Amino acid sequence: MTTPELEPLPVLPDANNPHPVAASSHLGIVDLLSESVTALTSRPARTLLTALGTILGVAALVATLGLAKTAGNQIVGRFDELAATEVSIAPESRGFGSGNRTISVIPWDAGDRLQRLNGVVAAGTKSDVDVGSDLARAVPVIDPLGQTEFQIPVIGVSDGTFAAVRSTLETGRFFDVGHNERADNVVVLGPGAATRLGVSRVDNTPAIFIGERAFAVIGILKDTAREPDLLSAIIIPDQTARAFFGLSAPGEVHVDVEVGAADLIGTQAAIALSPNSPDQLRVSVPRSPKAVQEDVEGDVNALFLLLGGISLLVGAIGIANVTLVSVLERTGEIGLRRALGATPGQIARQFLTESASLGALSGLIGTSLGVLATVVISATRDWTPVLDPWLPFVAPVLGALIGLIAGVYPSLKAARMEPVQALRSF
Amino acid sequence: MSAPVVELQGVTRTFDATPPVEALKATNLVINDGDYLSIVGPSGSGKSTMLNVLGLLDSPTDGTYLLDGTDISRLGERQLAGLRATKIGFVFQSFHLLAHRSATENVMLAELYSGRDRGGRRPRAIAALEKVGLGHRLDAFPPTMSGGERQRVAIARALTAEPSLLLADEPTGNLDTVTSEAILELFDDLHAAGLTVAVITHDTDVAQRAERTINIRDGIVTETARAAS
Repeated sequence: MTTPELEPLPVLPDANNPHPVAASSHLGIVDLLSESVTALTSRPARTLLTALGTILGVAALVATLGLAKTAGNQIVGRFDELAATEVSIAPESRGFGSGNRTISVIPWDAGDRLQRLNGVVAAGTKSDVDVGSDLARAVPVIDPLGQTEFQIPVIGVSDGTFAAVRSTLETGRFFDVGHNERADNVVVLGPGAATRLGVSRVDNTPAIFIGERAFAVIGILKDTAREPDLLSAIIIPDQTARAFFGLSAPGEVHVDVEVGAADLIGTQAAIALSPNSPDQLRVSVPRSPKAVQEDVEGDVNALFLLLGGISLLVGAIGIANVTLVSVLERTGEIGLRRALGATPGQIARQFLTESASLGALSGLIGTSLGVLATVVISATRDWTPVLDPWLPFVAPVLGALIGLIAGVYPSLKAARMEPVQALRSF
Repeated sequence: MSAPVVELQGVTRTFDATPPVEALKATNLVINDGDYLSIVGPSGSGKSTMLNVLGLLDSPTDGTYLLDGTDISRLGERQLAGLRATKIGFVFQSFHLLAHRSATENVMLAELYSGRDRGGRRPRAIAALEKVGLGHRLDAFPPTMSGGERQRVAIARALTAEPSLLLADEPTGNLDTVTSEAILELFDDLHAAGLTVAVITHDTDVAQRAERTINIRDGIVTETARAAS
C-alpha cells in the first residue's frame, strides 16, 4: 500500500538514520481496519449498546420490507377464485334518491350476447320484479287460522343466470331457453321461499300462486355461490316477468368468466351490450390480485418504513453521540497517535472507519434480526416468507453508510485536536 | 563527525494572544549524536514548548530547526508525522499506554504509522520489551502493571522505531524514588549504548544524571557548563 508523496523528501544518507525510509507518515488499509476492529472489540458491551439503535432500525426496515412482501404474496396465495371470476354489469344511474333513474338499458338477450365472448363461462340477466301488492301462496285456500299468503320477492332471470351465479339444485331442474322464450308460467324456488310456501318436492309439479296467477314449480335451489338473495326468492323467467309483471328491462347482468379473463371481459361486455354508449353501463370487475398486493405492500411499507427510517436516524445519532464521547475520552490516545506519527487525516480516517465498521456490524446484525423476524412471524401465521434477494446485501451497506455519516463530525473533531494539548489530557 | 541530531538556529515560538506570548525566544541549541541532556526549568518557563518543538508536535514561528540535517520547515504535515514516527521516540509522564492492549501490542503501535513491514513488528516489539527488562510481561495489560513496568513499556515503545532522539517528558514524575532510579538507570544504559536522550524535568536529581543540562527561564535557554560525568 503506497500512496504517492506530495513532495519529494530530502533523505540524506546519514549514519544517524539507521533506516532511511521515505519519512512520510503511512497507515496501511490492513492496519487501519485492524485498529478500528481492535478499538470496537476492546469494549464489546459499549459497542453493542452504541449499535443498538442502528440494529433496531435496520431490523425494522428489513422486517417491514420482508413482511410486506410476504403478506402481499400471501394475498396472491389466497387468491379468491370465486371473486376473481365474477363480472357484473348494471346500467349507470344518475341523480339521487327518488330522482335516481337509469340512463341506459340492458338488452333482453344480454346473456346470449356475452356468452359468445371468449372467456365467458356463463352469463345471464337478473332483475327484481315488481309484483305490486300480489302475495304468494302455495294453494288457493283461505285458512282463517294460519298464514298462507306471503310477501316473497320475485326475481326474473334468464336461463344462463343459474350457471353464471353458480347455483345448485336441491331437486327438479332449472328452466331453459324454451321456458323463457315462451314466457312459461314456471318458477324455481329458493330454499327459503320453498320452506315458507311448504313446497319440498317437485315430482308432482306443485303449483304456487303469485296474486291470482298460477305457476308450476319445476325446481328448488340448494345453494348459490353468488347473489344470495336468490335463496329466499321466487325465481321466474324474465320473459315471464316481462309478460305478466311489466318488467321493462333486465336489471343487471351476471357473468362467470374464466380465471384471468375478468378485466378483458369487463371492457368487452359493455361494448357487447351497448355498442353505442358502452360508458353508460357500470361494469364491476374484481380487483386484480396484483393491484391488491401492491396496495398492501404500499400501505404496510409507508408506515413501517417511516418508523424504520426514524429508528435509523435515532441509531445514527446514537453512533455519532457515542463516537463523539469516545473521541473525547480517547483524547490522550489521539495525542499519542499523533506523537507516534499519525497525521490528522489518519486520525480522522481511523474514527471514520470505526464508526463505519460499527454501522456495518449493526446493519449485519439488524438484517439477521429482520430476516429472523420475518421468518418467525411467517411461521406463526403459516405463511411462506418472501424476501427480496437484494435486501440482505443492501441493508448492511446502509448500516455502514449511516455509521460513516454519523462518524464525520466526531472524526473531524478528533483530527483537529492539537497533539500537544491532547497528550496532556491523559 | 556526522551532522548533529538536532540543530536549532534562532528558533522562536510565539503564541497568538494579546499581547503575544514568546514561549521560546531565539534559541540556539545543538544536540549531537549520543548526547544525554536534560532540559530543566520551572513551570511556565517554556519547557513544554521546547519539547513540542523538538518533537515536531509544534512548529517554530521563526528560526531554523534541522533534524538529522533536514530542515523541517520545508516539510509538509505528512512528512513531519513521518519524521515523528521514525526519528523521535516519546516517553511521557503518564505513560500513555492503551489500557485494552497488551504490552506487546502497545509497543507495536509505535510502528503503525512508520511504514515498516507488518511482519517484523511483533519480533521487534518483543525485542524492545526484552531490552527494557520486560521479557516476562509481554502479554500483560497496562492496568495490571506497576508504574515502573508501564514506563518501561512506554520506553520500549519509544525504542522500537530505533529513533534518532529519545524525548522524555518528566519520565519519573509519576514514579516513586526506587522505581525512578531504575528508570534512570535504564536511560543511562540506553545512553551508554549510543542513544541520544533528551529528558525534560523539573527534578534536579534527574537532571544531574545527564551530561548536559539546559535551563529554560521565561523562554530563554542557557546551558550550564559542566564536565561530563
